[in-house]
Amino acid sequence: MDGAAILERLRARLGSSVIETHAQHDDHTAVIDRAALPASLSLCRDDADLGFDILMDLTAVDYQKFPGREDGPRFEVVYHLYSLRWNHRVRIKVRVDEDDAVVPTAVPLWPIADWFEREVWDMFGVRFEGHPDLRRLLMYEEFVGHPLRKDYPINRRQPLIGPRI
Amino acid sequence: MGVGSFFTSRLDEAIGWARKYSIFQYPFVTACCGMEYMATACSHYDVDRFGAGLPRFSPRQADVLFVVGTISHKIAPVLKRIYEQMTEPKWVVAFGVCTCTGGFYDNYATVQGIDTIIPVDVYIPGCPPRPESVIDGLMKLQEKIAVGTQRY
Repeated sequence: MDGAAILERLRARLGSSVIETHAQHDDHTAVIDRAALPASLSLCRDDADLGFDILMDLTAVDYQKFPGREDGPRFEVVYHLYSLRWNHRVRIKVRVDEDDAVVPTAVPLWPIADWFEREVWDMFGVRFEGHPDLRRLLMYEEFVGHPLRKDYPINRRQPLIGPRI
Repeated sequence: MGVGSFFTSRLDEAIGWARKYSIFQYPFVTACCGMEYMATACSHYDVDRFGAGLPRFSPRQADVLFVVGTISHKIAPVLKRIYEQMTEPKWVVAFGVCTCTGGFYDNYATVQGIDTIIPVDVYIPGCPPRPESVIDGLMKLQEKIAVGTQRY
């Protein structure tokens, strides 16, 4: 399937849960309502024609200071899916607000999501509901805050030993 | 000048000379500088000419700690512990600009120079340093070892 057909299939199956779709340079993206995310990801993986058997990447974007989007939902969690069988890709996005930064986990669908979601929690402070072990992945336990949030000061350091410079 | 002082000064010199040609290094390699370190250590540049050809992979058997690559705040306690495990006399070389000053990593993760954590004898800047600068740093370290200015 080409990208447009994938998006068309998602719209047909998920209806109004698909908030918007767009494509740029052949990268096709669907923004999905958070409540419908588990069902949407299951569909992507299990539908015979979609067959997205690999979660290539799971990350997040902080739009707090993004021109034109300061007032919208602060975070976007991004899923990059790839199908080995059909050699096609799609990108799924979910928007969440800062005071309710929770997304359903994808670990039951793709075990690799375990570490991806821990990294997103560590760097952006987005929690994943149902994750088996949501600890920090890269930073140490003593670290306070989430360093890739746009309101984290760019050079605030939290040394374990040594001077605070 | 008595016979005794003649012997002690000559003895220090002999020990310094012997030490400067038997540098057993502990490479604490964390990042890309490690490749340049390996290039310097291999036969083309051959640090064995300076008696530094044998890395020891235990800090307890090493004289010189080569800190090669970016040190993050997460690994900093490990580096300090490695340093403390080395027996006297010991020296430290900061290899690459990240270990010297933090380099261009002025962010939440990176130690701004390992001399904020452990004492450093020789700084070799560069991103990564050319083998020539590494050998230059090694020779400067040899001079330092030979005159016996190490801390006890």
